[in-house]
Amino acid sequence: MDGITPDLLALQLFTGLALGAIYVLLALGMSLLFGMLTVVNFAHGAFYMLGAYAGILLLGFGVNFWFCLLFAPLLIGGIGMLSERFLIRHLYGRGIDYPLLLTFGLSYIMVETVRIFFGTQGLPFDTPDALQGASDIMIGYFPTYRLFVIGVAILVIAALWLFLERTPYGLIIRAGARDPQIVRILGIDVARVWLVVFGIGTGLAALAGLLAAPLQGASPEMGASILAESFVVTVVGGMGSLVGAVVAGLLVGVVVAMTSLFAPEMAQVAIFALMAIVLLIRPQGFFGRAGLMS
Amino acid sequence: MLNPDFVARCKQHRVILAVAFLLIFPLLMPFKAIAVNILIYGLYALGFNMLFGTLGLLSFGHAALFGGGAYACGLAMIRLGLPWWMGIVCAVVIGMALAAIIGAFAIRTRGIYFAMVTMALAQCVYFISDQWVSLTGGENGLRDVTLTKIDLGITTLNFVDPLTRYYVVAFFVAIALFVLSRILASPFGAAMEAVRENEARARACGYDVRATRYLAFILSGGFCGLAGALQALHLSIVPLETLAIANSGLVVMMSLLGGMGTFFGPFVGAGVFLLLENLVSLWTVHWQIFVGAAFVACVLFFPRGIWGTILLGRGR
Repeated sequence: MDGITPDLLALQLFTGLALGAIYVLLALGMSLLFGMLTVVNFAHGAFYMLGAYAGILLLGFGVNFWFCLLFAPLLIGGIGMLSERFLIRHLYGRGIDYPLLLTFGLSYIMVETVRIFFGTQGLPFDTPDALQGASDIMIGYFPTYRLFVIGVAILVIAALWLFLERTPYGLIIRAGARDPQIVRILGIDVARVWLVVFGIGTGLAALAGLLAAPLQGASPEMGASILAESFVVTVVGGMGSLVGAVVAGLLVGVVVAMTSLFAPEMAQVAIFALMAIVLLIRPQGFFGRAGLMS
Repeated sequence: MLNPDFVARCKQHRVILAVAFLLIFPLLMPFKAIAVNILIYGLYALGFNMLFGTLGLLSFGHAALFGGGAYACGLAMIRLGLPWWMGIVCAVVIGMALAAIIGAFAIRTRGIYFAMVTMALAQCVYFISDQWVSLTGGENGLRDVTLTKIDLGITTLNFVDPLTRYYVVAFFVAIALFVLSRILASPFGAAMEAVRENEARARACGYDVRATRYLAFILSGGFCGLAGALQALHLSIVPLETLAIANSGLVVMMSLLGGMGTFFGPFVGAGVFLLLENLVSLWTVHWQIFVGAAFVACVLFFPRGIWGTILLGRGR
């Protein structure tokens, strides 16, 4: 192959990592919801989309991008908590399919609401001024914004890890995931823990959507295809495993970037081929508990 | 009150009753095209429900089977120049073949994983069809799947006439209803229910759980492929959106609305859904918000669906 140099490959690898960072944020939220609440959130793509539109809304009020990064996930996480409190909570213990179906219906409402207020056409989303252009990363010039996305993902992963492993609240969440009944007996309000977890999970999806918006713009349908992709990431990484979400997210991102370099038309299909291979060799995913799948 | 004997007999001959209803159905509808749509989506939902209702497997990838059938029928007619009925045969075969491929992966997983994996694989089919422009027409979809006249030897049917078109489609739907009814009444149908109700016990009784699921998935693919072919003939085109996630979700909604695991529920669901869609879209383009809300309400308050609730109300 002509024109494929090691430098170009390395740059493409970074592009893959930036894309992977978005997948990681989505899959972390999804895994958190599944691991702790055994809820498969079919509205995850819709929350991702809402994140991008919350950014547009806040920017329109003159809020600067850095505050957007903080407030948009909080806002959407709040909506997530409301939907947990008033809709999903009633379905716990009624079979695993019901929350899934409910969130699916919810995603229709959210997508259509966005269409009503922002129109059916996609909207552009400018890269913030400070992050425009490219930076020299030794092997060549790389878009600054993509580096920033990778940086944010690393920060979020570190913060989430510290929160879950090193704070008393994280301890309660982990205990609640393992045995809610015992936690309840110890006098802790598990319902409130789950509410917070749902807020964090949907907030992470919103953050991913906001970060992705400058790369691809915002449209009401942007969540639909990314939902299938984040399913692939969670299946490959192992459902409910946070480490798996990180590893698989980055891997899927790199696979997409590399196939788009060699065979652009195969890039989307490659993701699903990867999932098929993993399912054949290791059905529970990289870090999934064996037996959970079958 | 209805005589229990009479009710039991009705249950026994549900296909004959259904066919009788199909004969007068278009006369009850505001316009004929919607009756055809209800038939096609009802059949699609029926094929889906065979998996979810009877076996408890929630698939979010049935658009691949439905769309695969539609594309198979269209391609057979356009690219291979085959007659329309061969197109339908191709659609059933391709629907089953796609189900065999998707099922081979998906059946290894269970519960929610099954939903996720089927959805992801269906998305894969969508992208393949999107990229393979020379074969499928890519984003433009497949055009000119035209069928105007059906030559029966003794007489020629005009497929353009809405009522004739309805009865042609109804003919195939009636056959499918009959086949499905036989399948559900067969020992295999009993095995499917056994697997849904208690997997461990079914396995202990010597049933091959995985094979049962796999076979049911393939059969479901056949029904959905047939529905897809009828859709292709009805619309004369196969839009790429036939394969989209939304179409997979649509059938889940219809089945749930009508009543999971009941024989006629999916048809009721498809009918109510399409009528509602037509009604709401008369005064707002944002009908999806109502559909979503109706669905959420259904999950929360009527998990048995319309038909299921009616059956329950009659104490059965």
